[in-house]
Amino acid sequence: MDDTQLAAIVDAIVRELKESGAVKPAASSLDSQAASVSTNLSSPSVVPVKSRTSGSGVNLSIDLPDPTTPQARNTPRVKNPKDSNGLRALMASTTARIGVGRAGPRYSTASLLLFQGDHAVTQDALYRDVDQKLLDEFNLFTVQTKVKGGKQEYLLRPDLGRQLSDDAKRTINEKCQKNVNVQLVVGDGLSAAAIEANLRQIFPVVKQGVQNAGLTFGTPFFIKYARVGVMNDVGELVKPDVVVLLIGERPGLGRAESMSAYMGYKPKYGDTDADRDVVCNIFENGGTNPLEAGAYVVQIAQKMRKNQASGVKLKLAK
Amino acid sequence: MLLRTKLHGKIYEFPDIRLLMGKANEEKSGDRLAGVGAETAAERVAAKLILAEVPLSVLRENPAVPYDQDEITRVIQDAVDESVYNEIKDWTVGEFREWILSDTTTTEMIHRVSNGLAAEMIAAVTKLMSNLDLIYGAKKIPVTAHCNNTIGAPGTLSSRNQPNHPTDSPEGIRAEIYEGLSYGSGDSVIGINPVDDSYSSVSRLLDMTYDIIKTWNIPTQNCVLSHITTQMKCMQSGSPVGLVFQSIAGSQKGNDSFGISVGMIDEAYELAKKHCFPKGPNFMYFETGQGSELSADAHNGWDQLVMEARCYGFAKRYHPYQVNTVVGFIGPEYLYDARQIQRAGLEDHFMGKLTGIPMGCDACYTNHARADQNAIENLAVMLTAAGCNYFMGLPMGDDSMLSYQSTSFHDAPTLRQLFKLRPAPEFEKWMEDLGLIKNGVLTEKAGDPSIFLKR
Ligand code: B12
Repeated sequence: MDDTQLAAIVDAIVRELKESGAVKPAASSLDSQAASVSTNLSSPSVVPVKSRTSGSGVNLSIDLPDPTTPQARNTPRVKNPKDSNGLRALMASTTARIGVGRAGPRYSTASLLLFQGDHAVTQDALYRDVDQKLLDEFNLFTVQTKVKGGKQEYLLRPDLGRQLSDDAKRTINEKCQKNVNVQLVVGDGLSAAAIEANLRQIFPVVKQGVQNAGLTFGTPFFIKYARVGVMNDVGELVKPDVVVLLIGERPGLGRAESMSAYMGYKPKYGDTDADRDVVCNIFENGGTNPLEAGAYVVQIAQKMRKNQASGVKLKLAK
Repeated sequence: MLLRTKLHGKIYEFPDIRLLMGKANEEKSGDRLAGVGAETAAERVAAKLILAEVPLSVLRENPAVPYDQDEITRVIQDAVDESVYNEIKDWTVGEFREWILSDTTTTEMIHRVSNGLAAEMIAAVTKLMSNLDLIYGAKKIPVTAHCNNTIGAPGTLSSRNQPNHPTDSPEGIRAEIYEGLSYGSGDSVIGINPVDDSYSSVSRLLDMTYDIIKTWNIPTQNCVLSHITTQMKCMQSGSPVGLVFQSIAGSQKGNDSFGISVGMIDEAYELAKKHCFPKGPNFMYFETGQGSELSADAHNGWDQLVMEARCYGFAKRYHPYQVNTVVGFIGPEYLYDARQIQRAGLEDHFMGKLTGIPMGCDACYTNHARADQNAIENLAVMLTAAGCNYFMGLPMGDDSMLSYQSTSFHDAPTLRQLFKLRPAPEFEKWMEDLGLIKNGVLTEKAGDPSIFLKR
């Protein structure tokens, strides 16, 4: 290709861009920038704009309702749905983001911004500690894993979160009744909010259920900076038949209250996830209800004792 | 063994292949956690300089876990085509990189050489590749497979419809499937991660998804991603199973912690060939992801890229229909931020293709990693350029059960329209018949789940 050919191609492209409005004559670039700011704001928007001005934008007033209320969330964004009542019913059946609509193949503006708004608040759960008052309510004493450097270290060193500190071992040895049938442990895991949202409901159910079944319940306690693998240390120290660890799952988008109950039969050093079972997604309004989950946990504990196994071994025994 | 170089006047020396391989990796938090990452950027490059001179035979002779101690090593080593291997064993890793990228090296030539490779050789060459090398190299190696439809053919991009629900509610899952189908997600599989791993719950979801597939005559397959033992029970009891799934690790010890073994997957594979309802011949689905071996203390001191490459060698044994890394799924302890997740996604996809398996990617992040949706959209664009077989389709990319974010129902059609790609051919025809797509572009009708409320 020679230079004249190249120049002709460039010219043609520039002409096309100008016609389509993608580039503007250089002289007016400042004006057009200012103009584009106000048109962006007053262009057709999916979120209601209370007052919209036609002219220069001097009287512009935007005052929006909260898009995160349940009602706003459940607003269908599909243009001209075939069955609009049906669409609402579909949306009501799940916490997943459906009926969100589109612009070309992309999201509607309202759906996109709601997603980003939810992401913005999600990370807070990670960096909070479980409320001490709640732990006091259930007489849970606190011990810590080998994580010493706060949440950041907790996140980057899962190996430390799986081992009790020497202090913790001493405390547990002093305070806990040994050789019990069920040892309940609470751990913060990846969400303090999950423990706060569910402990009040699930704790009494598990305790009652265990005792009603004629089993010993032991001395429950709280582990700060816990990972699931810490169950092995607890098993070695307390020598219970079954360890139940209530732990905060990693936070989801805009939802941090989901908790799991990890369980194992006579956990010991070297046990892996294959030796454990889990009841997960425990939360009210959409997940497994914590009361129900508590009853389920008791049932599994009994099954583990009966088969003297947990995890994949229990699965294969059934 | 002497492994030494000078760089900018300074001498760097490495004691063995294991550490050389670890230090030659791009930066990853997981390699640091394992104690095998480079201390400085210069040390990383020094390791790469030496690795470029290592003959491929040395990598075959130094597997991450010794042959007699690890069944995954045995699976990989025993599958090596010795005549092909003999042709290439004297190439250095640097030469191998240039051979893959060379304009005279064709797809057929790479497919042939794949059969002479062990995982450690594949990981080594990956360490020498830049991001664009990984994209360009992978694009040269399309791998297709067939179940009820065809995945991975050049010019196509598929999407797994992933309709997870926090209580496995069949109605909720059905609603999500409808939303996904209306955007053209589901040509790879309709695949649910179950909350409840019990036989009764898993078989109920298999029945429900099969019912949708039959009612709407959809050229696809279903899968419930429970532990494989549950799916085996479902097959034996006559449930309609499309693909058989399992998460796998790159060492025997890692698979122990998942509660599986080669023998168990062999058995499941035999059941799949006998019981799965689709045509086949590919019936298996595997997921992997850098870091799971280290998480189970099952990495034997090796870096996470090598362990990941070994997963693909294991997967290849079962002629899978699809395999994807769930890159970024576990958390920041293995892949710290968007940059590390993107790098790992490109590496994993390239390694899978070089191994010869039909590779897709769950491009994702958790809320405790330093990443966001923009980062994942970037990765999806890069991987589409690389010829990735499929991505996940989730409602706006948000999995409200697994608590992580991935690509969305919208992303597949966007990437298709952007790169002039089509859904799997049988599935595109189905979409056209329903009036959801025309000339590769979504129609007005698309994006409305309520169209599936009546048939
Ligand atoms: C992260 C994760 C994983 C990661 C764990 C790696 C890691 N180092 O973190 C990987 C990808 C390896 C994984 C694998 C599997 N997982 Co998983 N996983 C999760 C997830 C998304 C988050 C867990 C979490 O927040 N943990 C809390 C933190 C504080 O714990 P942690 O100590 O950091 O991490 C430990 C646990 O996460 C545990 N773990 C993870 N998954 C599972 C599954 C089982 C059955 C057990 C006992 C333990 C376990 O492993 C980690 C290391 O010890 C949950 C979903 C959820 N909403 O909870 C599913 C979930 C727990 N997993 C599930 C399943 C089914 C599996 C697999 C069996 C899938 C398969 N078919 O192979 C495998 C194998 C599990 C095993 N036996 O080892 C199910 C469990 C369903 C059930 N009721 O039994 C869940 C609920 C998701 C789902 N619905 O599919 N998983």
